[in-house]
Amino acid sequence: MTSRWNRSRGKTAIAVCAAGALALSGCSGGSSSSATAGASQSSATDSTGATSSSSSSASDTSTPLPKVKLQVMIGSSGAAETDAVKAATAAWSAKTGSTVEVIAAADLGQQLGQGFAGGTPPDVFYTDASRIGDFAKAGDLFAYGDQINAGDFLPNLVQAFTSGGKLQCAPKDYSTLALIINQDLWTKAGLTDADIPTDWAGLETVAKKLTSGSVTGLVIGNDINRSGAFMKQAGGWVVSADGTKVTADTPENLAGLQEVQKMMKAGTLKFNTDTSPAAGWGGEAFGKGIGAMTIEGNWIRGALTKDYPKINAKVVELPAGPKGKGTLLFSNCWGIAAKSPNQAQAVDLVKFLTSLDQQLAFTKAFGVMPSTTAGAAKFATLYPKDAAFAKGGAYGQGPVNLAGFDPVMAAFNSKLATLGKGGDPKAMLVQLQKDGDAALAGG
Amino acid sequence: MAKKKRRNIHGRDGVAGWIFTAPMILILGLFLFVPVLMALYVSMTNWNGNGSPFTGGHAQFVGAKNFTSLFTTEGLTRRNFMQSIGNTFYYVLLVVPLQTATALLLALVVNQKLLKGKGFFRTAFYFPSVTSSIAISTVFLFLFSNTGAVNGLLAKVGITGPQWFSDSRGLLHLVFGWFGMHDSPGWGQTDIFGRTLWDWLSGPSVAMCVIIFLAVWTTTGTFMLLFLAALQDLPVEVDEAASLDGVTRWQKLRLVTIPMLRPVIFLVVTLGVIGTWQVFDQIYVMGKGAPANTTMTPAFLSYSQSFTSLKYGSGAAMAFIVFLIIVVLTAIQRRLMREDRVPRRSRRLVASAPPDQRGPELAVMAPTRAEDK
Repeated sequence: MTSRWNRSRGKTAIAVCAAGALALSGCSGGSSSSATAGASQSSATDSTGATSSSSSSASDTSTPLPKVKLQVMIGSSGAAETDAVKAATAAWSAKTGSTVEVIAAADLGQQLGQGFAGGTPPDVFYTDASRIGDFAKAGDLFAYGDQINAGDFLPNLVQAFTSGGKLQCAPKDYSTLALIINQDLWTKAGLTDADIPTDWAGLETVAKKLTSGSVTGLVIGNDINRSGAFMKQAGGWVVSADGTKVTADTPENLAGLQEVQKMMKAGTLKFNTDTSPAAGWGGEAFGKGIGAMTIEGNWIRGALTKDYPKINAKVVELPAGPKGKGTLLFSNCWGIAAKSPNQAQAVDLVKFLTSLDQQLAFTKAFGVMPSTTAGAAKFATLYPKDAAFAKGGAYGQGPVNLAGFDPVMAAFNSKLATLGKGGDPKAMLVQLQKDGDAALAGG
Repeated sequence: MAKKKRRNIHGRDGVAGWIFTAPMILILGLFLFVPVLMALYVSMTNWNGNGSPFTGGHAQFVGAKNFTSLFTTEGLTRRNFMQSIGNTFYYVLLVVPLQTATALLLALVVNQKLLKGKGFFRTAFYFPSVTSSIAISTVFLFLFSNTGAVNGLLAKVGITGPQWFSDSRGLLHLVFGWFGMHDSPGWGQTDIFGRTLWDWLSGPSVAMCVIIFLAVWTTTGTFMLLFLAALQDLPVEVDEAASLDGVTRWQKLRLVTIPMLRPVIFLVVTLGVIGTWQVFDQIYVMGKGAPANTTMTPAFLSYSQSFTSLKYGSGAAMAFIVFLIIVVLTAIQRRLMREDRVPRRSRRLVASAPPDQRGPELAVMAPTRAEDK
């Protein structure tokens, strides 16, 4: 039976392409040709952009937008998030009279791909910062950055969602990495608040003191989304700030990874997959008491409350490296489809969803941090225990958002995971440079 | 005149035949053949998933570039593709023989006349096949987790189980390690399609072994059913005659039963090869290629190349290469299992055996008789 399943599933990739294509040429061919009118892709995007900006300027003159039905597709972390988005969109519906259907995707990337290929993507959808380049290059996104006030949002977030010189979409919220400390183990090891590490030397010292028996001082996830913070603290990053050059093979990046490896050799730092028993992620190792500290984002709060309520966690900023503070920043934005016929209404919905009140409602419901400067400041005062997360927004590095980098980073991550088993960081970075250069060249 | 008339009759027969088959030809053509041709066209374009690849200039025709670059262009895509081919090669190499042998064994067991509770065993063995492979994969994730049941059992007998899903070491590399060969020797540095010979010879990783075990466990039931049907279709008189001739059970199995089952074995192996080369859902659930890409398969890579990297042309090209591999392997297998080969060998065996052990001679007759039916 499985073989038959394999057969049918294995063909899914082709079948879906083909079926999507079939549907297109069959039914939605008309809509796509009317949208593009035989013009090239980019000019089509421009022309639709022009129409909707004119209609949105109509909205500025307080002519109500025509009522439509919008589809919003989200990659939800759970019922709390889905319900919060549904409540927020319902509030907008009540205000405007348009209806909104919220779809919680099981596999957002795949379902979006299907929508883009089929010609009827959802109007509004979550888009991860790391996917911006690919989507923008393929012409899937309606870049409405000029219709929102980009200055309201954290500059680092704006940069994370800028591709090809254009802000593609409004940042939805963000998370940053911080050092999470198990307060009980900390006290037990004779450490006080004065010992909270502010540099690498301090981190090494406390990690060593916290390591004993089956407890490892610091347990972190095994990919660049954690070790990358060390690269950043050493003054490096995978790509240059303007995103035009791959800067993987640099002494700074090497210094960052060597610091991780140095602590691994001392036995004070382990990847979550190298602990015994191995943990699914840093938060699990931390919750189970395998690691006394971990480096995770603000989502760990929800996980700890739910799965490990007894853990007494303290959140502090990551220690600075030789080139100062550095953390990583993760974010989603509200992408709007280039093919959406309701872009004006979609932009209006996004403006509503990114307003301070709505963002704080999301914060309350599922713990994300508001994407606006004002919101981030408000978050820090409302949740002083998690202020360290909010502070990271000022200097956090967003993910690599260039087109074609997804497999490059995946390949690097699979090598990086071997760092604790004697992997050579220099060789990894050389390979990353090579693959990255090829991806940037469009290979 | 008569000739013409006959032709007319045949002509009308032809029309009737076409009318009767037309619905199926139409359905198959529309939903199978045409989509395959469309996918073939996509594999020769640089379509990025935006708009239709067939109209409006959304995709440019690039000829065979997507295919050739998988073999000739040095880079990440080729490296991943070649690794996925290597992984799946070992997967097929282990799964197909194991599942065929186990299925045959189980079929023989539940086909015994003396076995009690036959219905129960048949159902039990078939059960994994009718369960959703996603559900089974999830259960396996728990079984083989580091603190799971499997490692728990191993610990009871004093073995520290490996970290199944994060262990990327290849089985053959582990075996080489026992003989003191821990790192790639000089000859292992030979580069074949961007991977060293040493990497090609890694064998399936520990994580892949879990998936191999899972695949054998789930598919065996289906193939057991095929074998069981074939076993029950075998002529009883041949069996009895063999018994009368005084063959041992092993001889009867080797020289009477298995040769008669050859068409079914061919079917099972063919289905096995096709199914295993296209393995996707288990990979999707159990780690998406992790650890270190050692569970990456071409089907999954084709998917991620299309839907994540938005390179649908290259993804479709991978799928067609797998299609070609399957066709070639099936052709080879057809040659190896050709009807006339095995009987000739048995004939030689029989001729060389002492006269009092000639019972199995019947085996030579068996296939012909099975066919006559």
